[in-house]
Amino acid sequence: MAAVSLRDVRKSYTPELQVIHGVSMEIKNGEFIVILGPSGCGKSTLLRMVAGLETITGGEIAIGERVVNNLEPKDRDIAMVFQNYALYPHMSVYENMSYGLRIQKMSKAEIDRRVQNAAAILELKNFLARRPRELSGGQRQRVAMGRAIVREPQVFLFDEPLSNLDAKLRVQMRAELQSLHRRLGTTSLFVTHDQVEAMTLAQRMIVMNAGRAEQIGAPLEVYARPATTFVASFIGSPPMNLIPRDGKLLGIRPEHLEPCAAAQAMLTIDVDLIEPLGADILVYGHEVKPGGDASSARVAARLPADAKAQAGKLAVRYAPRNAHWFDPASGKRID
Amino acid sequence: MEKRVVFRSAWLPYALVAPQIVITILFFFWPAVQAVWYSFQLQDAFGLKTQFVGLQNYANLFKDGNYVDSFKVTALFSVLVAFFGIAISLLLATMADRVLRGAMAYKTLLIWPYAVAPAIAGVLWAFLFAPSIGIVTYVLKGWGIDWNWIIKGDQAMLLVVIAAVWNQISYNFLFFLAGLQSVPRSLIEAAAIDGASPLRRFWTIVFPLLSPTTFFLLVVNIVFAFFATFGIIDATTQGGPGQATNILVYKVYHDGVKAADLGGSSAQSVILMFIVIALTVVQFRFVERKVQY
Repeated sequence: MAAVSLRDVRKSYTPELQVIHGVSMEIKNGEFIVILGPSGCGKSTLLRMVAGLETITGGEIAIGERVVNNLEPKDRDIAMVFQNYALYPHMSVYENMSYGLRIQKMSKAEIDRRVQNAAAILELKNFLARRPRELSGGQRQRVAMGRAIVREPQVFLFDEPLSNLDAKLRVQMRAELQSLHRRLGTTSLFVTHDQVEAMTLAQRMIVMNAGRAEQIGAPLEVYARPATTFVASFIGSPPMNLIPRDGKLLGIRPEHLEPCAAAQAMLTIDVDLIEPLGADILVYGHEVKPGGDASSARVAARLPADAKAQAGKLAVRYAPRNAHWFDPASGKRID
Repeated sequence: MEKRVVFRSAWLPYALVAPQIVITILFFFWPAVQAVWYSFQLQDAFGLKTQFVGLQNYANLFKDGNYVDSFKVTALFSVLVAFFGIAISLLLATMADRVLRGAMAYKTLLIWPYAVAPAIAGVLWAFLFAPSIGIVTYVLKGWGIDWNWIIKGDQAMLLVVIAAVWNQISYNFLFFLAGLQSVPRSLIEAAAIDGASPLRRFWTIVFPLLSPTTFFLLVVNIVFAFFATFGIIDATTQGGPGQATNILVYKVYHDGVKAADLGGSSAQSVILMFIVIALTVVQFRFVERKVQY
């Protein structure tokens, strides 16, 4: 286990095409970090730079005390789980897991001990002789993790490992990943575009957009105090409402809007879409400006299940402490 | 999903496949049946007298030292052509797969030899290696190597192998390149993280994944060496010197057309026919049931 430092890490393919614009972060020993962002934001590239699969154009990456910029992937003491698992199709589960150890010329007994141990943790004992194609998606996923575990690396790198699983399995594997991390305590970097994965797995997360780290922090902290409009609108479902107010942007989460009498209205929504979800009701519509004409801002509100939702004007209010303010030009939070 | 076209007309589908069937019967089945029939007969050199001799022609073949030698020559030739054809094209494909700049030009150039007919390829190499005027001969002479494939059997063999391999490399190259490009990049990366050197990655990951392609090419190359190299042999060594490059398919032609032994030649072609049938069966059995990863 080791700490990982990203120091102003940059990546460009050509002088004009820069994809990572200086990301800095100190990852503590044993921490579970999620890198979250939409596709194309550079999150996988960042992870692959830590792995050594992409060169680092600028800045430094250190694992433990060592700066690894110029080290080969195999010398970085990391293990990676790929999105498509990247299992060797012509090898059995046992051979898949032991491939790296055999290359290290580890003793047969030690290899067997580690593989059996990982197989026990991942409930793969009965599948060691099988080929990957004879396994289900979830089992393949476990083999990929097993291959990472047996190396006993300083850092685990996960590149969207759950995105190829169906919804139910994804929830299950998420829980297994959490318990695995509790058990092994290995520093982990986990890339995903799924905010639920990020919120549930991360001890801290990096929200990335267009090659920049928009915000770094604990999930609830990021949710409660988004640093930019991008983070505000990326996390939360439906995302935070962003409404122009006096030259600034007012950010208010849908669950912080509550119906009220017209006289107390801080906001009026012209509701045109209602989604009853059972536990609560989502209503969507355009904001109605005091003058009477609907402005372009779309607003969503999460109402309690017993609220009477109907199309047409809906007066809502919010507690001022739940209001967030952003600068419309830079998108940055104003405190 | 199966795609089916349903014709309303009763005769149209038959009419559509008729040309293919007619050609197959006329140029493949009919000669094959004829060959089998002739192989049971003995004919004098002028075609005046024909006699049914049963399996005598076959029995004679295997008593004939030349025929057995031709089998050995063919085996050596096809093994050399298949091995070097596959090995060199695999090497070229692996390198082409890594090329980033000018990849198209590189690939196109490597595919060109396939457009050259085997006979032309033979002539080309025969000129390069010609004992008196060949440029390669000249260079070899400078290194103190006495090169004359017209009188030296092993050199003649080497020449036809070079011409055949050169001719076949493009085909193999295309298949290997396609195979290499279908190996997922992440597998290579996973192996790199696992600590495998590039050479080890190739032999333990890439090569096993290419094995269906390699097996397919092995069969195709052996068939090529057995049959399609006729033009190369005829344009260069004509089976000589002595019997050094007299492969089976060339011997069929030589014995039938030049030596006018119709029965013996037919028996040889029937045997060849069984060899190609066997190879085809092997190919369908294994290639159709391609290893699914």
